[in-house]
Amino acid sequence: MTRISVRVDGVDYTDEVEPRTLLVHYLREQLGKTGTVVGCDTSNCGACTVHLDGRSVKSCNVLAVQADGHEVTTIEGLATGGELHPVPQAFHECHALQCGYCTPGMIMQAVDVLRENPDPSEEEIRLGLEGNLCRCTGYHNIVRAVRQAAGAREGAQA
Amino acid sequence: MTVTEQPAQAPEVGRARLRKEDARLITGRTRWTDNIVLPGMQHLAMVRSPFAHARITGLDASAAKSAPGVVAVLTGADVKDVQGALPNAWPASDDQKTPAHPSIAVDEVAFAGEVVAVVIARSAAAARDAAELVDVDYEELPPALELKAAAADEVLAHPDLGTNVSAVWTFDSQEKGTGGSADEAIAAARADGVVIEREYRQQRLIPAFMEPRSVVCDPTGEQLTVWTSTQVPHFVRIFVAAVLGIPESKVRVIAPDVGGGFGGKLQFTPEEVITVLAARHTGKPCKYTETRSESLLSGHHGRDQWQRLTLAATRDGRVTGLKVELLADMGAYLGLVTSFIPMLGALMYNGIYKLPAYHFTCTNVLTNKTWTDAYRGAGRPEATFAIERLMDELAAELGMDALEVREKNWITHEEFPFHTVAGVTYDSGNYEAATARARELFDYEALRREQRERRDRKDPVQLGIGVSTFTEMCGLAPSRWMGEQRYAAGGWEHAEVRMLPTGKVEVVTGTSPHGQGHETAWSQIAADRLGVPFEDVEVLHGDTAIAPRGLDTYGSRSLAVGGQAVVMAADRVVEKAKPLAAHMLEAAVDDLEFTGGRFAVRGTDKGATIQEVVWAAFTSHDLPEGMVPTLDAEATYDPDNFSFPHGTHLCAVEVDTETGQVRMRRYVSVDDVGVVVNPLIVAGQMHGGLVQGIAQALWEEAVYDEQGTLVTGSFVDYTLPTAADTISFVNDNTVTPAVGTALGAKGVGEAGTIASTPAVVNAVVDALRPLGIHDVQMPCTPERVWNAIRSAGENQAEPTTQQAQEHFEPGAPNQDPTAGHAGTPEKGAGQ
Ligand code: FES
Ligand code: FES
Repeated sequence: MTRISVRVDGVDYTDEVEPRTLLVHYLREQLGKTGTVVGCDTSNCGACTVHLDGRSVKSCNVLAVQADGHEVTTIEGLATGGELHPVPQAFHECHALQCGYCTPGMIMQAVDVLRENPDPSEEEIRLGLEGNLCRCTGYHNIVRAVRQAAGAREGAQA
Repeated sequence: MTVTEQPAQAPEVGRARLRKEDARLITGRTRWTDNIVLPGMQHLAMVRSPFAHARITGLDASAAKSAPGVVAVLTGADVKDVQGALPNAWPASDDQKTPAHPSIAVDEVAFAGEVVAVVIARSAAAARDAAELVDVDYEELPPALELKAAAADEVLAHPDLGTNVSAVWTFDSQEKGTGGSADEAIAAARADGVVIEREYRQQRLIPAFMEPRSVVCDPTGEQLTVWTSTQVPHFVRIFVAAVLGIPESKVRVIAPDVGGGFGGKLQFTPEEVITVLAARHTGKPCKYTETRSESLLSGHHGRDQWQRLTLAATRDGRVTGLKVELLADMGAYLGLVTSFIPMLGALMYNGIYKLPAYHFTCTNVLTNKTWTDAYRGAGRPEATFAIERLMDELAAELGMDALEVREKNWITHEEFPFHTVAGVTYDSGNYEAATARARELFDYEALRREQRERRDRKDPVQLGIGVSTFTEMCGLAPSRWMGEQRYAAGGWEHAEVRMLPTGKVEVVTGTSPHGQGHETAWSQIAADRLGVPFEDVEVLHGDTAIAPRGLDTYGSRSLAVGGQAVVMAADRVVEKAKPLAAHMLEAAVDDLEFTGGRFAVRGTDKGATIQEVVWAAFTSHDLPEGMVPTLDAEATYDPDNFSFPHGTHLCAVEVDTETGQVRMRRYVSVDDVGVVVNPLIVAGQMHGGLVQGIAQALWEEAVYDEQGTLVTGSFVDYTLPTAADTISFVNDNTVTPAVGTALGAKGVGEAGTIASTPAVVNAVVDALRPLGIHDVQMPCTPERVWNAIRSAGENQAEPTTQQAQEHFEPGAPNQDPTAGHAGTPEKGAGQ
């Protein structure tokens, strides 16, 4: 067992973990952060995407011990001050989710895509989301939602 | 007239309401089965056979049993007397050969991935570690794998059955009196017409819902409670009871948030049985969640057919007959509806056309592979692919335009209701209108022009245009028809509308959504019928204790059948309220009219809102004679026909003749799904359906090696499309209401998947036709397209350059190298 200290969604945790524990399992099983889900065992689906120090990572591809001393944001920590973050808001408005299983990962990845490029083209959005699989939506409305969120943010900044 | 004007309330049906269910899904406040944690819960890991066909000659679980945290290990020998047999609910014939299907294999395994033991431990990791320690001795048996060889009984999948042929199912229009003889039509066309003979492969696909399946069973209450990631909680309840011999009243099944299904969760699974067995064995709540690899390996697959097709037509392009001979791969076992899936297509091979003669035969073949069963479209994509590919081939043969040959043969809008050669009645439709709109949105003429130009200048990138004018059958199904087809259950659906004292409404539905947005759509329907605000309606589902009656969600049935049940139940509430409203208003029932949620006395300004009447029923202080103090009502709807949505899909692809790369250029769909309750949801269903159908055309295939090992057993090799592989679509609707229901909705869940596969393959073939190519087997990967071009012989336009050939390694896996791999370097490298 190894002791780790991680800040997750604004709360500090110190826990004992098996060194082999994946970050996603630590989040889900030890912290109850079940908003983040597992969709595969080969790092292909992106359902588990969270932010590690503000950058998106597939949390099935990171060991919990690697998060020691770092800050993790999950879908559950995205809202601030009771306000929905503009990306999930745009997902809702554009009907960019159906079953919603890919959604937490997709949203976390979309936030990161927009952080890197606040005004992405359709092509750039599609490439930016390439590591996140969705079986329901055909991506059409997800791409629209990310465009809309980009616009909303620009609007807010203007 | 002194009728008080109600503020005109826009009807909810038809509004693009944002979904109610989103709030929890976009914030991570979800309840997937795997999220459930119960006190004392134990975790399961399966030990699965690595062999496709083998005898179990020894099993030593002692090391696993003494591993840390392991509570028990159960083997086939341990449970053989209590596990029962998994059900096949839809036999294809009375004398169907049905292999016995245990949840845990006892002496023999029939596919790689079959469970041979289960480890029960304090954590999932401990269970998985111990599963590695279970020592199983197998004596390998030769596996029956390739479908055609299996059909010839070269090797037997289940030697005790004596054959691999499980059943043969035939429909003949002459015999049934719905048309003439297909053989005669073909003979006549051979003499003096056109005969198109083709063999198409419907490759094996995997539903690949994003949420892996998960089951939790809590045996600690008086009722055994099972949470499961399923489309069919009501079926699971019946089968847990029937298979394990538990009284149905002692079983409660809950489908909490379910992350997609696409037919893949229309099943009663070995893992569900095993989890219940484990929970009863240990007396503790047990959870099993499959890994993605297990899901791809052991969750049922779809499609997997060979289709031999013979189409007869006159020289001027009129189709005179169609003969369909199918081989359908069942896999190792007959799951819930495995054996009837191909037959759901049997009614659709004639498509939207007026065929005078039709013959269909399907041979169901057992093999040593994962069993097949429902996957989005289930039989109908295969049928639609066949007829829509053939219509393109006929057009090419006759030098006609692909749309022109269709128009010559399709049922015109004045001809509905139309009795088809397959023996069903198409309720309504307007193929002309959908096609005209699609042509316009697509700019068909301009793209044909560009195609000619590219052909003329021998552009290495050729343009192909694919057409698919499809219909499908929704609203499974009239119970009488289900019975005639030997199905074990009916096809009705149930709803209850409960009027709460404060005026809020609960709609209880027997359908079980997993992404379709029923909570939103059902609220819209109920809001209109009851005249209550959309926000005041709560939709309850997916728990047999809350929604005890229902037949669940599959076959595009939920709205067409379940939605209609909601309409009927809501209307009954209004009828029940009328005597009380009349009593309150001191008027006669006949003088009341109900609009916008208000009972008004005709010709006066007197009225009472439905909420006031509900409150009066609740207090029951002053009820009319004989009235019971509730306005709640239930309804069960059993349709008397299917509904037949249709549409015209047009697809343009660019095919790089030097690399074989297919690039989607433009996709237009104009669908007629009857009355649209929520255009946002309908469009979403189309987008997702389209991509699944396009994926069959271009990317996906479940591949087994010669030992019967699934080589596409992870998302690395089973290449689901990503955002980077797909394009944005142009979608529109025409509206021809369904006949026979108040709602007029037809169903939309499978349309996109059914229509798009032939549209895309038609486009690919259309691009290559000048090279003498008239087919590319699915999925049309760059390798296959390139090979087709290379082997097109003297028809080849330009020899492929050496440089282009180097993009491909001979013997590379049969897949699109750009699909499904995050960050593959070739991506976007201008292939
Ligand atoms: S679960 Fe992490 S990428 Fe699939
Ligand atoms: S919404 Fe279901 S997988 Fe994306």
